[in-house]
Amino acid sequence: MLTRRIIPCLDVKDGKVVKGVRFRDHVVVGDIVEFAQKYRDAGADELVFYDISASPEGRPVEHAWIEAIARIIDIPFCVAGGIRGVEDARAALHAGADKISVNSPALERPELIDELAGAFGVQCVVVGIDSLRDADGEWRVRQYTGDPEKTRALPRRTLDWIVEAQQRGAGEIVLNCMGSDGVRSGYDIEQLGAVRAVCNVPLIASGGAGTLKHFRDVFRFADVDGALAASVFHSSEVTIPGLKKFLAANAIPVRP
Amino acid sequence: MATVSKHDVVLVDAGGSNIGSLRYALHRLGIEASLSADPGRIRAATHVILPGVGAAAPGMRRLHDAGLIDVVCGLTQPVLGVCLGMQLLFERSEEGDTPCLGVIPGVVQGFPQSNNLRIPHMGWNALRIERDSALFSDVEAESYVYFVHSYMTPSAEHTLASTDHGGRFAALIQHNNFYGMQFHPERSGSTGARLLQNFLAL
Repeated sequence: MLTRRIIPCLDVKDGKVVKGVRFRDHVVVGDIVEFAQKYRDAGADELVFYDISASPEGRPVEHAWIEAIARIIDIPFCVAGGIRGVEDARAALHAGADKISVNSPALERPELIDELAGAFGVQCVVVGIDSLRDADGEWRVRQYTGDPEKTRALPRRTLDWIVEAQQRGAGEIVLNCMGSDGVRSGYDIEQLGAVRAVCNVPLIASGGAGTLKHFRDVFRFADVDGALAASVFHSSEVTIPGLKKFLAANAIPVRP
Repeated sequence: MATVSKHDVVLVDAGGSNIGSLRYALHRLGIEASLSADPGRIRAATHVILPGVGAAAPGMRRLHDAGLIDVVCGLTQPVLGVCLGMQLLFERSEEGDTPCLGVIPGVVQGFPQSNNLRIPHMGWNALRIERDSALFSDVEAESYVYFVHSYMTPSAEHTLASTDHGGRFAALIQHNNFYGMQFHPERSGSTGARLLQNFLAL
């Protein structure tokens, strides 16, 4: 049986792992390769490296650290940040990334998803979506969330974008629910459940993990394929072996 | 590692994308694999690995453009196709209705349509060993490996290990000197490393 994935996300800025609350006030927490190795050894199913300054600065993700990770890591990893075209993606994949994730550039130019899927196959193409509920109750996407001063609210409804992204060739969706991100009060089950209903490709939950039960509940009630988290793993408040034991005891299939 | 490091491993480089990660995986096993599209170099290798990411038609076109179709089909040493590289070993792929190398009988097809079957099949899934093979030396039953694919071949007589996703499909195959892994051994932790090492010991 296909197991549910536990995915630590490493936010990268200037070649270091950083953390922030609600996408703000980032502080350096460590070295990329050391973090990658630590999570691999702990039993992480996959890693996501997100170059948070690439897209706002209008440059592609750096390749030196992708290659450094690919050399030592024997689990899959995805890189995100500033991939604006097929050549950017090709460079990241050639450096050893298994998947590339696009977010803001796909909102600028949705054809990017078609181009990437055509060049590399849908299985390499992850579409990351930052989403927030507006005052009228609709979930809508946000762009350039790596820099609070550049973040833009778009009129595009999250659910519409999920459908379009799949039609264009997204092989996986990572939904970051910004309203719950960084505050550890649980994943946004309501939003993830609504997205799940229109999402046939793998769906990864992001934003809000604080306790073991948050992970169990997002798998149980939103039926996501993977759960992504950052600070709760970096601080060791939730350990991956402990989390997997808890999920297995709660009848959620995980890789031992 | 001394026994395998004498081996001369060539990764067929027809312009696919996951060559880097396979090369690093071999490096972690103490093997410096060569990348080559040169027919003489490929024929002289002790072990040949055919990587591949993406769709069947461009994958076959790259092999064709590199003049490697007959070269790969004529190899007699152990050959390992990984992911798309495995699918290309079959007769045909329904993905773009693409004629493939035809060194292993069978047709690559899409997963069955079903409401709750997620496609691509992406993540860690268990290997069910169907036939004994030297590849499984020191590999535990029900070991987990990492898959990312939208097409597959149903489990059949050449299947060494199968995996369930809306039915049983071929995860690891062998026909004569041709082997295939539908999963990514280079991204399958210590199980993947062991399987690669066992292939190199053939």
